[in-house]
Amino acid sequence: MPKVTVDGLELEVPAGATVLQACEMAGKEIPRFCYHERLSIAGNCRMCLVEVAPGPPKPQASCALPATEGQIIKTDSPMVKKAREGVMEFLLINHPLDCPICDQGGECDLQDQSVAYGRGASRFEENKRAVTEKYMGPIVKTAMTRCIQCTRCVRFTEEVAGIEEVGAIGRGENMQITTYLEHAMQSELSGNVVDLCPVGALTSKPYAFEARPWELKKTPSIDVMDAVGTNIRLDSRGRAVLRALPRINDDVNEEWASDKTRHAVDGLTHRRLDKPYIRKDGKLVAASWAEAFDAIKANWSGDAAVIAGDQVDCETMFAARALAGSSMLEGRQTGLAYDTSSLSAVNFNTTIAGIENADVILLVGSDLRREAPLVNTRIQKAIRKRGAKVFAVGPVTDLTYKVEWLGDDLSALAKAPKALADALKTAERPAIIVGGGALRYEGVHGAALAFASKYKLVRDGWNGFNVLHFAAARMGGLMLGYAHDGGIKALAAKAPKLAFFLAADEADYSLFAGSFKVYVGHHGDNGAHHADVILPGAAYSEKSGTYVNLEGRVQRGERAVFPPGDAREDWAIFRALSDVLGKRLPFDSLEALRVEMFNAVPALGVEGLADYGWSEPTLPSAVNGKIADYPIKDFYLTNAICRASETMQRCSAELVHGTQYLEAAE
Amino acid sequence: MLADKDRIFTNLYGYQDFGLKAAQARGDWDKTANLMKAGQDAIIEEVKASGLRGRGGAGFPTGMKWSFMPKAPTPERPNFLVINADESEPGSCKDREIIRHDPHKLIEGALIAGFAMRARAAYIYIRGEYIFEAKVLEKAVAEAYAAGLLGKNAAKSGYDFDVFVHRGAGAYICGEETAMIESLEGKKGQPRLKPPFPAGAGLYGCPTTVNNVESIAVVPTILRRGAAWFKSFGRENNHGTKLFQISGHVEKPCVVEEEMGIPFRELIEKHCGGIRGGWDNLLAVIPGGSSVPLVPAAMMMDVPMDFDGCKAVGSGLGTAAVIVMDKSTDIVRAISRLSYFYKHESCGQCTPCREGTGWMWRVMEKMRTGNADIGDIDTLYDVTKQVEGHTICALGDAAAWPIQGLIKHFRPEMERRIHEAKGDDMLEAAE
Repeated sequence: MPKVTVDGLELEVPAGATVLQACEMAGKEIPRFCYHERLSIAGNCRMCLVEVAPGPPKPQASCALPATEGQIIKTDSPMVKKAREGVMEFLLINHPLDCPICDQGGECDLQDQSVAYGRGASRFEENKRAVTEKYMGPIVKTAMTRCIQCTRCVRFTEEVAGIEEVGAIGRGENMQITTYLEHAMQSELSGNVVDLCPVGALTSKPYAFEARPWELKKTPSIDVMDAVGTNIRLDSRGRAVLRALPRINDDVNEEWASDKTRHAVDGLTHRRLDKPYIRKDGKLVAASWAEAFDAIKANWSGDAAVIAGDQVDCETMFAARALAGSSMLEGRQTGLAYDTSSLSAVNFNTTIAGIENADVILLVGSDLRREAPLVNTRIQKAIRKRGAKVFAVGPVTDLTYKVEWLGDDLSALAKAPKALADALKTAERPAIIVGGGALRYEGVHGAALAFASKYKLVRDGWNGFNVLHFAAARMGGLMLGYAHDGGIKALAAKAPKLAFFLAADEADYSLFAGSFKVYVGHHGDNGAHHADVILPGAAYSEKSGTYVNLEGRVQRGERAVFPPGDAREDWAIFRALSDVLGKRLPFDSLEALRVEMFNAVPALGVEGLADYGWSEPTLPSAVNGKIADYPIKDFYLTNAICRASETMQRCSAELVHGTQYLEAAE
Repeated sequence: MLADKDRIFTNLYGYQDFGLKAAQARGDWDKTANLMKAGQDAIIEEVKASGLRGRGGAGFPTGMKWSFMPKAPTPERPNFLVINADESEPGSCKDREIIRHDPHKLIEGALIAGFAMRARAAYIYIRGEYIFEAKVLEKAVAEAYAAGLLGKNAAKSGYDFDVFVHRGAGAYICGEETAMIESLEGKKGQPRLKPPFPAGAGLYGCPTTVNNVESIAVVPTILRRGAAWFKSFGRENNHGTKLFQISGHVEKPCVVEEEMGIPFRELIEKHCGGIRGGWDNLLAVIPGGSSVPLVPAAMMMDVPMDFDGCKAVGSGLGTAAVIVMDKSTDIVRAISRLSYFYKHESCGQCTPCREGTGWMWRVMEKMRTGNADIGDIDTLYDVTKQVEGHTICALGDAAAWPIQGLIKHFRPEMERRIHEAKGDDMLEAAE
């Protein structure tokens, strides 16, 4: 551990640390533009210059310089101050000072640092450079004249998103950042370059000219677009959520978020259910809460089926279970019926962060790029940093990295092809990821478990058996017993008199033709069309909720805004309904509900990874047949919120279906 | 004056054929295997002892550079030699003469140097505009392969060695060693951050040494004639012979091999027929290619033309591309043109160079026309100081130095133009 001196303060830094990190450990702020903790070091902005002895008699870029024993680093000497002022002046000479009309205003690194490290005035009297506009797709708005060529976006798309579509063309002052042939970025993670851009060159297209950062209320929340449980911050003004940004959580999303997470929020204000409805003569008619409750009461016989949707929080599921009883619960809307006797056998045991350390990974029927983009980036990292090998069984699809495709025949699980078997023989941390595309086939779950024990995927300090879910509610639902033997078909076969659908929009409603269907949800989507009674509930932004992500991590989000119109938080709806049905639920507040819930399922009471232990159920493992396709056909339209979102629709049209959007001539 | 018997480049002017046969007649490829028998470390020691300093401009001791290479490369991570033939410095034209008239000196040097640094192969990165030269070089390499001088058991030395010729695409910056490595790898030619240095992680992440054409081409002769012979030329720290390239306002511009440290006046008189219009007509000299500061006539006359001699007058030997300017030269315009060159050739990677070269050129253009304020000269100087030493590679320094040299030596001329453009009365000193 080298010892260095920063501005007279002597400290020990970890081996391999850079001078910049050493300065930060000493509590010194080092201005920077191109340096980013999660990207490779470019060293091109030259803002982080410091004086280092021993070394050449000129300032050094601290981001790229390793800290070594006995270095004396100065961050506030006249030489450093002059160097910073110089670099800042250079950055500003060709930067349009259009802060008043720039969306980055108020959260702009260049603005902040020019205040802190710049000179008062410019000496540049020539004309400023203008850069032609570029097109980067429906998410990223460009104003390339503002670009300071830090290349963070280039490095992100290449290193994290795994696409080589963004780069710099031209040289010298004509260097420009652009996408390949100015096509839209073909990535689920393109929105991250907006956060990375230290200036206003890349800003959010859907959020353009919406608000200034200081007008926004910021609420920590959990994303429900997939099962990763991305930690997000919802920025809202008044009753509308204007944007969602990732929060840093190294265990889950690092500091990234998928485009769906970021930009589906405009769907929260469209197609909302804001009052109760009752079906009369085949038509849904607006009604009062009392009328709706009475209609349900008429069909109440003491218990009911509950089908939970993909985005429901644990509190809602618990309240519904408390009212309807636990004999007819199901969350796997699309008909999956895998065994749930051991939660660890349907969990992502390696953990999202842990999969980075795997050296051989087998994907079975899992289109990670669309099912969990942020798990995909981890695998990308495993390949990039540690040279992991990835094999896959399933139809060939572009996962952004090199995959050895073993065909779509499931028999590969029973008898591993030679290449895979050889790789597993020497692997120290092998892992399997079984996706929804495979789990629907009989025997796959058992075969995967057998594969895991044959190749010892579970060993000391390493559990390489993973099932990949892509519904935010799934693990929480399984913990709360939302899994019926034989799946939703078996449940429907019981012909429940009354069925509650908790924002369940992917279920096959024809199975419940004989039931009285109550839809408790937030969007007028598939579920609402089939309902006999609609009770307007709250979307994820409108309630505090507990979510369990695909690795069994219990996380809580907070309420950012209130539900629209007459809509109410879901647990409160069940509490009110329970009064009418004469089965009063024992909680009057969310806190009281949580106490009950924690008593019933203690694991939900502790934020962090739930411990499921490791136990293998004995399951039939005979497999045959082929994986026909992957469940997610259109990444941008997987749930009711997305389908109501203009941005997601445009993304889908352009990036999935190839629709060309013409810009109006000016 | 260097005697003919002591010249290394005996076919510099192309009076003879460049081909293998003619080269062998001149002594190239003569018992190369014997030279290599001395062993790798002995060759490095010999080169160190000869005092050879890199001929690409920076003047880093060549033998020492080679000694940084790992002594035991593995097949997965071999050593590489990269030969810098991307000669793009304005004024510089020595590598071109070597390649088109004496390519086998370079190829033999590549084998010996590659062997000494335990390299698996040499890549010769040749400037894209050198089309004829690239063809000659490719032909010469093919000849060497055909004669068994390269490839498996090269020149019967028992050492396997390959030489690849790679053509650049016309970017000055690719002459910077790490940008050259990037370009060889097929990437955009942008300099890398150092550390790591190429000797640690260079081409394809493997240990690499980048040497100038001339540095490599002189090695076989040094080994044949001995380090002491080479060291007998020049002053302490500045030994050997060197190709000087004199251009500009001399009677007979030429490329000539001379002893290091030859006084400037002697170099011009002996080989170039003197300054056009006589010595009184000399205005200034750029002694080492466009990247070094100019030196006014009065200071230049008796400067010994070597690294330390040029450094003493605030300039540098660079590649020994001597640009001579007489009094008909519009010196401000000349430097402004150089500024345009650097603006055009900046790779755009790092901020001070990307933004600074454009700014400096624009202000230089104002200086040329005089359409500026006196204070702008100080601003310009300050801007050059803001670029110098703050960039990833040396192009920023190279862009800043000519302007600094101009301001240092020709500030009165710049001020005169500004006053003239403004119509100010010129005050003459009373006599």
